[in-house]
Amino acid sequence: MPIQMDLLKSIPYFHGLSDSVLALIGRHVFEKKAERGEILSFEGTPSDVLYFVVAGVVKEFKISADGKEQIFRIIRPGDSFNEVPVLSGGVNLASAAAMSTVVLNGIKKKDLENFIKEHPQVALNLVKVLSRRVEELIALVEDFSFRHVSGRVAKILLEYTGSAGSANPRLTQQEIAAIIGTAREMVGRSLKNLEGEGAIKMERNRIIITNKETLKEIAGIM
Amino acid sequence: MSDMPIIDTEKCQVCGLCVSVCACGALKVVDNTVKAVKTDDCRWCTLCELVCPYGAISCPFEIVLDSDQE
Repeated sequence: MPIQMDLLKSIPYFHGLSDSVLALIGRHVFEKKAERGEILSFEGTPSDVLYFVVAGVVKEFKISADGKEQIFRIIRPGDSFNEVPVLSGGVNLASAAAMSTVVLNGIKKKDLENFIKEHPQVALNLVKVLSRRVEELIALVEDFSFRHVSGRVAKILLEYTGSAGSANPRLTQQEIAAIIGTAREMVGRSLKNLEGEGAIKMERNRIIITNKETLKEIAGIM
Repeated sequence: MSDMPIIDTEKCQVCGLCVSVCACGALKVVDNTVKAVKTDDCRWCTLCELVCPYGAISCPFEIVLDSDQE
C-alpha cells in the first residue's frame, strides 16, 4: 500500500519539509500492521527500524522482576518509538506492544541517517521530539524519586470514601492524578501497590477499602 | 446491567482510539459518535480513558469502605 503523504506531513519528524522531500522519504517508508497484544519491540534487543504510529495505540513498558508492568508511554498516531536502538545503535530500553490493531510506518536506520544528513530540518525536528521525550521522562523520574505517590493516593481514597449502598462521589484515575499532581500511570501503579499491601480491593468500578488502618498508615495519618 | 464508561460528546473528536483498544467491544462508532454499549463483559480496564487524547472518556471509581471496616 502506498504511504499517504498527509500522514507523513503530520509526523513531527517531518514537519516543515517540502512535498518533494516528503515524496522522497515516502519511498523509503514501509507499512507494518500488528494485532492487539503483539510485541513490536523487545527490551534488551537491537533494532534498526524507527516506527511511527499511523493508526491505533502502542504502549511502551517494562516488566519488573515480580511481573508488574509499568507503562512509560502511550504512543498515539503521529508519535514514534524505537529511537534509542536506531539512533544510538544500542538496544531497546523498554518493550513496545500493540494495544489495538495498529498500522505503523517504519523507516530503516540507514535511510533515516541519510535524510538527516541531507535535510537538516529533519535533524532539528528530531531534536525537538527527543527534547519533549526527555521532559516527559524527567517528570516520571521525579514522581518515582521524590514523591510518595502511594501515600497521596491513599489519602485521597480516605477523603473520598463513602458508605456502601449510598450515593458516593466517584473519581477517575485521571482525576486522582490531577488532584495530587502526578501522572495517571502513577495512580494505576499506586492502586496496584495498595491492593498488594491489602489496604484496598479493586472490584470493577469500585475501590473497596479493606483495611482502613493500613491505608491510614500508608497515607501518613495516624 | 453494569455501569459503562462515560463519553463526553463535546470533547470527543471520534478519533476511534478508544474503540480500537476496547477488548470487549463495548465501545462503537455509531452515526459518527462513540457510544458505550451496555455489556457485562466490560471489566473496567480503563484503557479507553488512558488512550483518549482529548480526555473525553471517564471511568470513575466509587470508593467505599468494606462493611467490616465501618
